[in-house]
Parts: sequence; C-alpha cells; structure tokens
Amino acid sequence: MKNFKQIGAHSVLALFAATALFPLLLVLINSFKTNAQITGDPFALPSSLNFENFSTAWHYGHFTRGFVNSAILAGTTVVVVLLCSSLAGYVLAGEKIRAWPVVMVYLTMAMTVPVQLFIFPLYAGAAATGLLDNPAVVGVILAAINMPFATFLMRTFFLNVPKELEEAAMVDGVTTVQLIHRILLPIVRPGLITVGVIVGLNAWNEFLISSTFLQDPSRKTLTLGFLSMNGTFSTELGTMMAGALILIIPVLAVFVALQRHVVDGMASGAVKG
Amino acid sequence: MTYQRRRSLTNHLLIAPALILSVVVVVIPGILTAFTAFTDWSGVGLPSHIIGLQNFKYMLADPVFVTALSNNLRWVVIFLTLPAIIGLLTAWLLLHRQRTRSFYQVIYLMPYVLAPIVNAMVWLNVIYNPNGGVVGALNQAGIHVAAPLSSLGGAIYAAAAVDMWHYWGFLTVVYLGAMRQTPIDQVEAAALDGANGWQIFRHVYVPSIKPTLMLMGVMTVIFSFLAFDYVYLLTQGGPAHSSEVLGTYAYAFAFSAFEFGKASAVAVVMSFFGLLASCVYTWMSRRQVAS
Repeated sequence: MKNFKQIGAHSVLALFAATALFPLLLVLINSFKTNAQITGDPFALPSSLNFENFSTAWHYGHFTRGFVNSAILAGTTVVVVLLCSSLAGYVLAGEKIRAWPVVMVYLTMAMTVPVQLFIFPLYAGAAATGLLDNPAVVGVILAAINMPFATFLMRTFFLNVPKELEEAAMVDGVTTVQLIHRILLPIVRPGLITVGVIVGLNAWNEFLISSTFLQDPSRKTLTLGFLSMNGTFSTELGTMMAGALILIIPVLAVFVALQRHVVDGMASGAVKG
Repeated sequence: MTYQRRRSLTNHLLIAPALILSVVVVVIPGILTAFTAFTDWSGVGLPSHIIGLQNFKYMLADPVFVTALSNNLRWVVIFLTLPAIIGLLTAWLLLHRQRTRSFYQVIYLMPYVLAPIVNAMVWLNVIYNPNGGVVGALNQAGIHVAAPLSSLGGAIYAAAAVDMWHYWGFLTVVYLGAMRQTPIDQVEAAALDGANGWQIFRHVYVPSIKPTLMLMGVMTVIFSFLAFDYVYLLTQGGPAHSSEVLGTYAYAFAFSAFEFGKASAVAVVMSFFGLLASCVYTWMSRRQVAS
C-alpha cells in the first residue's frame, strides 16, 4: 500500500514535470530540423545536428544587438532597484522614520497598480522629451515597477540583522554611510543576490513597456528582435525554434545556477506573475 | 543641528530615492490618466478638451468592451481554480520529498522564468500551428482538431492555457514555502489522533497556509484584470475581437487609434477592479503583519 502510494505520487509529479518540459523539448528537437522535416513530423528526432538554423536566426533576429540592448535595460533596472530598495528596506526594517507604516501601505498599493494606469501619459511624456527608443529609460521605468516588491524583500533581510550590532557600531561613532557599507551590506548580500536575479529576469523578459517604448529596430531588446522574426519566418519553423532555443538557454542557465535564491525569493510570496 | 535631527534627516534621505522613483513613474502619470479619461486627448501635446463622461459612455455602449470584460471574468475564474488546484496538489506531494523537492521545483519554474514572448512564440509555432505544430500532427493522424487560436469561441482559452502553463509552477513554490512553515507538532498531534493524509492536509495544512492562499487569490484577481501579454502575443484580441481583454482593448485605443482619452477611460475601469482587490490585499497583509 505504501509503495503503491509512493509510485502514484511520483507519477503525478513526473506528469506535471513532463507538461512543463514538453513544449521546451519540442523546441530542442525541432531547432535542428528543416521546415519540411518539422511539418512532416514535429515529434521525430533530428537526423543530423544542423546548426544552420541557429546562424540564420542569430542574423535575422539581430541577436548581437539585442543582447547589448537587453543587457543595458536589465542592468539599469537591477542597479536602480538594488540601490533604492536596499536603502528603503533598511529604513523600513528599523522603523527609522515616523511615517514608516504609511510608506508600507503605499508600497503595497504601488505593487498592484496596473501598468495601463500610467503607461499612456508616461509614453506621451517620454515622446515629448525625446526619451523614447532608449533601453536605459525603459530600465528605469521597470525599476520603479519592481521597486516595491524588492523593498519588501530587502526589509525582511534587514529585519534579520541583530539590533545590537547596529547599536554597538553607533556607540563607536560610525556614520550611517559607513554602517550600511561596512556592516549591513555584507550581511544582507544574499538578499541583494535574490532581488537582483528576480528583478533582472523580470526586466530581461518584460514585454508591454519594452515593446511600446522601443520601436526603433536598432534599439530593440533580444526578445523583441526574436518577436520581429515571427512574420518573416512563420513558414521557417526550424529557424524560429533555433531562435527560441538561443533565448531559452541563457535564461535557464542563470536560473538553474541561482535557483536557491530565486526559489527562496518566490516562496516569500510577493513576486508579480 | 542636533545629532537626533541629523539622523532623522539621513533616514529620510535614504528612503527618498525609492519614493521619488515611484512617484515620478507611477503616481504622477497615474493621476494624469485619471484626468485624461475625461478628455479627447490624442497623446500629442497637452490634453485640453474636457468632454465629461463621453469616453465612458462610448465604452459601455461598445460590444467589444462587454466581450473584453467577460473575458477578464473568465480569466479570474480559470486562474482561481486550475492553477491553484495543481499548485496545491504538487506542493502537497513535494512536501514529504526531501531529495527530489528542489529538482521538481526547478523544472516546474522553468516556464515561469522564460519571457512571455518566447513562450508565446513556442506555443504559436510548435503547439497550436496547424502546419507543423502538434495540432497539425494530430490532424495528419486523423484526429480532427480546429486551429485553437483562430477559433471564435476557443481563442481566449487557448491564450489562457499558455499563460497557465507558464504560471502554475510559481504557485507550487509559494504554497510549498508556506506549507513548510506549518508547525510540525500540529502535524504530529493530528497524526497521533489517527488523522489520515487527506484529513491532515484539510484540517492542518490548509488552515495554516490560509493567509498565503488568500493573498495569492487576491493577487490572481488583480492580475486577471490586467492580463495582456499572452492575449496580445497570441491572438491580438482576435478573431473578430472574440478574445479581447481590457488590457488589449485599452492598448489598441492608445497605440492603434491614438485615442489616448478612451484608452485612459478603459485603464481607469481596469484599475478600479484592481484597486478594489488591492484594497482587500493591503488590508489583509496589514492584518497579517500585525498578527
């Protein structure tokens, strides 16, 4: 009976794992095939390892340019979020300003504000001031969206710092800047990595704001460059799948390498879907 | 300046960057949207011509708005049930599996960490595609399946399916994280009283993770009214507006018709539902912090 239950549980878990992986495995096997081979049988394994699809996708999806633009965008978001959220998280964790409960409520509300509520005037404002087609500007906008959740997460990390440590440093006459730089940041470094990787992935993957603010082909991110292939290559499935695989591999590599941090951050339950 | 005053000033300066960023990007444009909803703004120059409730009247009379709103409500119902059930089931099964737990969590999260553009293009080209995708292969094998994304009644569910495929693993991780916080002595006490697996789940774990269940439920409601990415990427609201949601409906006003006033009006309606759920959320999480 016990064994029977074990097998049942494992088959359910494996079934859901297969559901998650099935489309990704189709990408993997079909990225090496020609269009005719795919339309013939999408489930067949490739007969040879043909890398032509990958060079075609890289070229027509402008992936070199896309990697640079995505890196600028996500890099900006991560730097701005880490700076703002760690400073704010420190103040909120220590209840160092009288208005801290108001700020907490404000951040909770800000976390759930729909993008559509502010994107239209923001777009018009960016257009009027010449800030469109700039990945760094999009990076800052995405930083503002990710900041509330990041601040909450950083706050919980600062809550775990013993109060005595800070008090002892204060007695020794350390300034706030020295305190944060020398004592607090090293302790909350795991928190910074968690926030950095989750926010970085969010920015790297973002669609609505990036596609609206980055119309000039030379400013498009990696994912937008891939999306623009869809019209031209919808009858070249092998090339589309190779392009998808090029985008999937680095993201999954980063995720698997830092999975502890991502899973812990998400399990805290405050990440946007 | 006294030491106390200087400390207080420093602390305000430390929290300022976060608040300024949020006010400039979110609050000020948000207030502008609430204002432009009552104008016929084209998105160029300053909105000047106030036209009262005309945008809202137009919207309420538009059958596409009704379709969009009902599709958002469908989204709420689907996402409150299917992913939540799968998430709970898988989290429960993983709870007792120390060795394979991280392995499964990583696999379940893979679709979640990939870009919506990538996920949508993968499903569009290799699952839903009648020429070369799984749907095409089924038809070749004699199992007739209509192309899901061009079906009038089915396109919205086809888009929701991809979003769910990408989303449910996140719930597994969140629920499992919450279940692991359940005090072990409660579980042991229930087991000593002879409770079976289902009873322990139902009467120990579910009450224990109830705050998480509620918060995720409210978040799901909020994000269901904001659904955009997968619908826009897979169907663009078509065929014949049948899969339109409020997000794509508002977006088309702004960036296809350049009627920013109407787009703002739709955004205000979307935000109203979001705000309602968000007030509940804020109230609940405050209470959770307090307890």
